[in-house]
Amino acid sequence: MKILVCIKQVPDMESKFKVDAGGTWYEKTDLAWRMNEYDEYGVEQAVQLKEQVKDADVTVLCIGGDQVKETMKKALAMGCDRGAQIVDDESYAKEPAQIAAIIAEYAKGKDFDVIFTGMQSQDRGSAQVGILVAEILGMSSVSTVVEFSYSDGTVEAKRELEGGVKACLKVQTPLVVTCQLGLNTPRYPTLPNIMKAKRKELLSTPVGDLLKVEARQETMRMYFPEKKGGGLILEGEVVDMTDQLIKILKDKTTVFA
Amino acid sequence: MKILLIAESREGTLLGGSYELIAFAEAMGGESSMFLVGGDDVLPAYQGKLYLADVAGCGEYNPDVHKQLILDVVAKENPDVVAFCHSSYGWDLAPRVAFAMGAAQISEVVDIVDGVPVVPVCNAKLRRDVKANTAQTVITIQAGAFGLEDEPAGTPDVEKIAAEGEGKIEFTGYEQAEAGGVDLGKAQIIVSAGRGVGKPENVSMIADLAKALGGEYGASRPVVDSEWVEHNRQVGTTGQTVAPKLYVACGISGAIQHLAGMKKSEFIVAVNTDKDAPIGEVADVLVVADLKQFVPALTEKIQSL
Ligand SMILES: Cc1cc2nc3c(=O)[nH]c(=O)nc-3n(C[C@H](O)[C@H](O)[C@H](O)COP(=O)(O)OP(=O)(O)OC[C@H]3O[C@@H](n4cnc5c(N)ncnc54)[C@H](O)[C@@H]3O)c2cc1C
Ligand SMILES: Nc1ncnc2c1ncn2[C@@H]1O[C@H](COP(=O)(O)O)[C@@H](O)[C@H]1O
Repeated sequence: MKILVCIKQVPDMESKFKVDAGGTWYEKTDLAWRMNEYDEYGVEQAVQLKEQVKDADVTVLCIGGDQVKETMKKALAMGCDRGAQIVDDESYAKEPAQIAAIIAEYAKGKDFDVIFTGMQSQDRGSAQVGILVAEILGMSSVSTVVEFSYSDGTVEAKRELEGGVKACLKVQTPLVVTCQLGLNTPRYPTLPNIMKAKRKELLSTPVGDLLKVEARQETMRMYFPEKKGGGLILEGEVVDMTDQLIKILKDKTTVFA
Repeated sequence: MKILLIAESREGTLLGGSYELIAFAEAMGGESSMFLVGGDDVLPAYQGKLYLADVAGCGEYNPDVHKQLILDVVAKENPDVVAFCHSSYGWDLAPRVAFAMGAAQISEVVDIVDGVPVVPVCNAKLRRDVKANTAQTVITIQAGAFGLEDEPAGTPDVEKIAAEGEGKIEFTGYEQAEAGGVDLGKAQIIVSAGRGVGKPENVSMIADLAKALGGEYGASRPVVDSEWVEHNRQVGTTGQTVAPKLYVACGISGAIQHLAGMKKSEFIVAVNTDKDAPIGEVADVLVVADLKQFVPALTEKIQSL
């Protein structure tokens, strides 16, 4: 069985963001980078699937500059067999139809049985790439998956809907699955596996070899939202703030009444 | 400007997002028509053309079939914009339709400013104005971003459409959320734990504060997914919607799906180490502090009142 899992490297969302000089993206220096949260579930599910079917090969793919190798190594340490980096220093500026086209071009002819992606990236959050890859390749796809099981070419999955309801379904491979929070518990790479990952293959392909489509959309401007509401901000010593907050709650609410 | 609105129904109920789409069309200043897979008994109050496909024939979740139905209507209407809700239905279908149309898809639109769609970036810390380079555009709108000023009214002019083919995905049924346990909807005071609590042992701090205030404790999704707190205490789009007198969000960043479940609370206090956390947008008071210090200190003070 051949499995592909697509991961994106994104900034820690607790970072202090700044808008870059071009005014269309965030400044990429001084940020801590990590694997897109949704993609961690994809990597874990890919590795679990491999452990289940035994005879399987898992490729982890990431489009980005040199620094994405760090994140790819984590995926290799979690159990992916090989890495495919699509080298692109400008990947952040690519819109989802282009990212999907690059992934599809890479996957074309390689006969992947299952392709995992995250349901969305935490920074761009377009929630498109996985399904677009499937459409380009003519594969079936299921989005927002919170439960996944495989047996003999058939996948049974549950999609998460609103209000805690799930839709249950059955579909044959080849298939693209987009992973939602809670699908599984991503493992922590162990030290021996981190060491082993260093020796795994990590091939780099220039993006120019794979990108053949134009951007369908562009960012005109990036900016901070206006602070609405104008809530009060308390800063300082914990003891002072507890007193201040209690006074506010007494004045503004009836919780102590 | 012609806009095709993709309404939603589930198990015989029209979903609220359908009306938000009408509000979106008004914000765009366009002439709209609507598409729905549903039944005669769930017609939206809408003054316009409604293309209705019978749910009995094409299933509630059947992306291949629904995609084809929408493309048939697109061919008839030739809309400039096809608008979906940014919901489990919309984010599954929109890219399929956009791809077939060769259209750009702009996801999770929160606003239209001078005709330009605005979308959130990085957990809503930033915003982006986006321009499509294609003749037609597919848009998904964020839940709650567009609201009708007046009660929806009207009777649609229905044109029935039918599906062909079966689709490759077999829908086998719904699984409902487990019932029982606490009913957060009834609580007047809720203190919620977010990922900022750091480890399961710290959930008790949040529960203790809730108890001291005479309320219940809740949680954000990652805390529930990690099984530190049971699912019926989850607040948000995939959990419960609450509107207590006081909501205290501890170590919760304020992602849109969480806000959707609690922003109607009367008074909101947030405790967060990050002064820029998006929860600040809805909080009446943002306490910039480590919850591990602040929460126990607050509990102690309240107990001694
Ligand atoms: C389809 C879908 C449905 C979803 N449904 C829901 C839902 O129903 N409910 C829900 O909650 N989420 C839901 N989510 C997830 C949502 O997008 C966010 O991922 C989630 O709400 C984040 O939870 P959080 O704020 O606890 O964690 P994070 O976003 O990781 O935030 C943690 C916060 O804690 C702060 N912090 C860290 N340490 C401390 C400390 N020591 N003291 C104080 N503060 C600290 C950080 O500054 C940060 O702001 C859904 C997502 C999707 C895609
Ligand atoms: N630069 C990238 N490299 C590899 N995979 C990506 C990249 N960007 C997005 N993806 C995949 O596409 C998913 C959805 O992203 P998006 O459509 O941007 O929200 C992510 O969770 C990843 O699995």
